[in-house]
Amino acid sequence: MSTKEWPLWEVFIRSKQGLSHKHVGSLRAADSEMAIENARDVYTRRLEGVSIWVVESKLIAASDPKDSDAFFEPAEDKIYRHPTFYDVPDGISHM
Amino acid sequence: MEKLSIDELEKRFQAKIDADIKIEPNDWMPEAYRKTLIRQISQHAHSEIVGMLPEGNWITRAPSLKRKAVLLAKVQDEAGHGLYLYSAAETLGMDREQSIDDLHSGKAKYSSIFNYPTLTWADMGSIGWLVDGAAIMNQVPLCRCSYGPYARAMVRVCKEESFHQRQGFEIISTLANGTPEQKAMAQESLNRWWWPALMMFGPSDKDSTHSEQSMKWKIKRVSNDDLRQQFVDVTVPQAEMIGLTVPDKDLKWNEERGHYDFGVINWDEFNQVVQGNGPCNFERIEARKKAKENGMWVREAALAFAEKRKNKIDIKIKEI
Ligand SMILES: [Fe+2]
Ligand SMILES: [Fe+2]
Repeated sequence: MSTKEWPLWEVFIRSKQGLSHKHVGSLRAADSEMAIENARDVYTRRLEGVSIWVVESKLIAASDPKDSDAFFEPAEDKIYRHPTFYDVPDGISHM
Repeated sequence: MEKLSIDELEKRFQAKIDADIKIEPNDWMPEAYRKTLIRQISQHAHSEIVGMLPEGNWITRAPSLKRKAVLLAKVQDEAGHGLYLYSAAETLGMDREQSIDDLHSGKAKYSSIFNYPTLTWADMGSIGWLVDGAAIMNQVPLCRCSYGPYARAMVRVCKEESFHQRQGFEIISTLANGTPEQKAMAQESLNRWWWPALMMFGPSDKDSTHSEQSMKWKIKRVSNDDLRQQFVDVTVPQAEMIGLTVPDKDLKWNEERGHYDFGVINWDEFNQVVQGNGPCNFERIEARKKAKENGMWVREAALAFAEKRKNKIDIKIKEI
């Protein structure tokens, strides 16, 4: 049997106006138009979305999970970036 | 990056699992974990796809337009489930086309429940009520599975399954409350599906080969026998409520255990069906093979069309 496959697409769906698109899964399709139509049938059969993005999986660049500790380390010791780092004296409000 | 030994990597992997941290596609994982998941997820996907056939058999003969629309939507959901699962398995490096060919060659398995025929309309009721009911029991714990893409696919699937079970129960209870002939049809259907539904949970824990490691990896979260017991406990009162009799003379409530005791499953039959000798094994695989072969020209044509269009765009870009 032939194994000529359609490319793989990642699917992102905006569930309602005001929210960002969120990754929901992937599917195979010959081109972007078909990917969007298939995504509608596979991922929004119950009105789960108002907008669909598709992108060919091979075009996504990602950080490497092997290096993620070192990669995200610079933010680790900067607790002063959080408001809870600061003491607010008693009696001060609206802050 | 420090170079870690396999032992150390495995230790860290297990520690993550123990701490309920999900494993994602590009994370390091033991080869055996990957293989087990690929086998389990692709079997699950095949089951969803083959599972469309017994019900597809009744779409054109549904007793009303409403029933037809509902059944069509239900079967379409199963196609969706298959697709969520194939794409989850692909994140582990599974080759989708190879895996489908493995199904067609008999190398890959699928749930043996779908090798039973659907002889009457009541079977649409029994399947939704019992087969989807058992599937829900199996799948709810998998929403907490350690592998992220599988767990997320299961969350979507479980949301959709409860509609499947309810529409089936509505069909069977309508028949059970109908004319004597309709009630007899419902009972006859329950008689045929009850035991195969219990077999859906797989071999008894003491005979199950993969269970222990899968529990440790949190790929499996509840044992086969516990799930089966849970299914019996919730389903028997439902049958009673609609006036049907579960076909098991050993079935009785055990006050002490707080569970139903039930009869011995015919594992011989189970093994026969798994090995390919069920009533419909041949027919199911033939139907899947034909679907792929007869649909191949569409796939090739769509690809050729996409290719042609891309070339046209490339030429236009060059002209600019
Ligand atoms: Fe399903
Ligand atoms: Fe279902």
